[in-house]
Amino acid sequence: MMTALADKDRIFTNVYGFQPWNLSAAQARGDWDDTKAILAKGQDAIIEEIKASGLRGRGGAGFPTGMKWSFMPKEPPSDHLGNPKPSFLVINADESEPGSCKDREIIRHDPHKLIEGALVAGFAMRARAAYIYIRGEYIREAETLFAAVQEAYDAGLIGKNACGSGYDFDVFVHRGAGAYICGEETAMIESLEGKKGQPRLKPPFPAGAGLYGCPTTVNNVESIAVAPTIMRRGASWFAGFGRENNLGTKLFQISGHVEKPCVVEESMSIPFEELIEKHCGGIRGGWDNLLAVIPGGSSVPLVPAEQIRSAPMDFDGLKELGSGLGTAAVIVMDKSTDIVRAISRLSYFYKHESCGQCTPCREGTGWMWRMMERLRDGDAELQEIDMLQQVTKQVEGHTICALGDAAAWPIQGLIRHFRPELERRIAENTREAAE
Amino acid sequence: MSDRHLAPDTPELRERWGKFAFNPEWDAKAKAAIARYPEGRQKSAVMALLDYAQRQVGEETETQGWLPIPVMEYVADYLDMPVLRVVEVASFYMMYNLVPVGKFHVQVCGTTPCMLRGSDDIMATCKARGMSLGHTTDDGMWTLTEVECMGNCATAPMVQINDDNFEDLTSERLESVLDALARGEQPKAGTQEPGRHTSEPGGGPTTLKDMVSENRDYRGEW
Repeated sequence: MMTALADKDRIFTNVYGFQPWNLSAAQARGDWDDTKAILAKGQDAIIEEIKASGLRGRGGAGFPTGMKWSFMPKEPPSDHLGNPKPSFLVINADESEPGSCKDREIIRHDPHKLIEGALVAGFAMRARAAYIYIRGEYIREAETLFAAVQEAYDAGLIGKNACGSGYDFDVFVHRGAGAYICGEETAMIESLEGKKGQPRLKPPFPAGAGLYGCPTTVNNVESIAVAPTIMRRGASWFAGFGRENNLGTKLFQISGHVEKPCVVEESMSIPFEELIEKHCGGIRGGWDNLLAVIPGGSSVPLVPAEQIRSAPMDFDGLKELGSGLGTAAVIVMDKSTDIVRAISRLSYFYKHESCGQCTPCREGTGWMWRMMERLRDGDAELQEIDMLQQVTKQVEGHTICALGDAAAWPIQGLIRHFRPELERRIAENTREAAE
Repeated sequence: MSDRHLAPDTPELRERWGKFAFNPEWDAKAKAAIARYPEGRQKSAVMALLDYAQRQVGEETETQGWLPIPVMEYVADYLDMPVLRVVEVASFYMMYNLVPVGKFHVQVCGTTPCMLRGSDDIMATCKARGMSLGHTTDDGMWTLTEVECMGNCATAPMVQINDDNFEDLTSERLESVLDALARGEQPKAGTQEPGRHTSEPGGGPTTLKDMVSENRDYRGEW
């Protein structure tokens, strides 16, 4: 058992919004406290500190954040006329992964952590501006964010000579309009350019040619918002939480069949049972009533009850179980759940959100969903389970972006762990048809 | 992909919307949106301008608003973009209504986290009140849509009605929200669970309890 995370070590102290979000209240909590001194450490020192903290991207993939920043060019590349190209930081606030609801809390209750983080990160990667791409459905949250950015401009914290550092840095808010795929970094860049959000082929990677063909880094809201606190308290403080390679604190979002669903900041690697018992009032109907858990948002395969209970909630611990931490969006399902329907509803989601660019995904997501709907009622042949498995393998890895993979994995997880249930439904349906 | 269709381009539609132009309020916002992007990159503002146009149409029709073809043409002209590129954007993103909607657009989240918490009941409640999926009621008040995950999973189930979210719903709580809207009132948005503030565990937070009553600064304990 790890020592419990103390409130003084929580980064998002206003995560529930009991206190105002505005600048004066945020400053009283410690935001924007001598940001100039952080910038004075210099670009390379900031990147080294973030690397040393072990921070891995909080948007799902878990790529080391400091390393990502270091891919940005130190000398600006030239355009075809020989003029230097600017670099951009794009902040991914297109939180749309089913189960995820953490960035919303940061944006509406602690927006200044994000804006300060944008300056620190943008400065470190030598960017000229940050675009915060917030999902369109976060309407009130975007209003707060626009207002918070204006406050920061009015106080001289961003804009020309940001925080008196001599560095000019703009922060702009861009609202999406309802497309899950825009959470994919190159789709987000396309969308920012005023187009349909269809992912680009890589390479070139965004750090070479991203927004408007300029060097660009795309980071999740949480990854950016924790940066100022890491700089203030030091890499070793942040690295003092969690297990090796899975360091820091993390916002967990627990939904589904727990007594008290919530968003909560905890230490990485906290065991699943401790997370649920401490903050969620336990599983509805007790631990014996737990069926399965989707531990990282809809894209990761489910984990059956007996395997998840003592698992550490981090990147490596969940990978060992054939799943993933994703965004730490924990969807809990008890034994009342129609597990086939629960996964089929996710298949419908991916069918709905496929951008239509790659054939395996455009056609495959619809095919897989229709097959899943038949399996719900057992209206299928036994060998169709294998056929479905095979189709998921033909979608996975055969598309430009990871949406095809994300559509395939939940189904693969279902077949891996609940094949007997699928077979039972088919047998029952066959028997009923015979009677 | 989802099925999306444009409203037919008829003489009546042209007659009604052919002279559409931003009023001064939305025009100022449109210019501010364009200023957020580098010179020559004005088409980055197309998403914002379509939203503003939809909202102005909404104000003029007392609905949530939608995007008739002539309005999309106006936006294309405003940004010096081919009309087709604007139509592509309008039809790709789900929040642009391509056909007229009612005064209140009731968007029920039906994705798995909400489904597990009872979104079937929420949908049934809407239908019992005479709404039907993809349609607007005859009195022009209610349009019902099932939407994908809205990012309110810890306060599920939820609906978004125009600009506000109503979370932690039960059938009864939704009924009272809809009744209030029908009476022309503005019900409190956010969680409908008595005593709950936002996404903290029901019954009070398990962490950061001091923050409930006081804007604590923890730096002294670092």
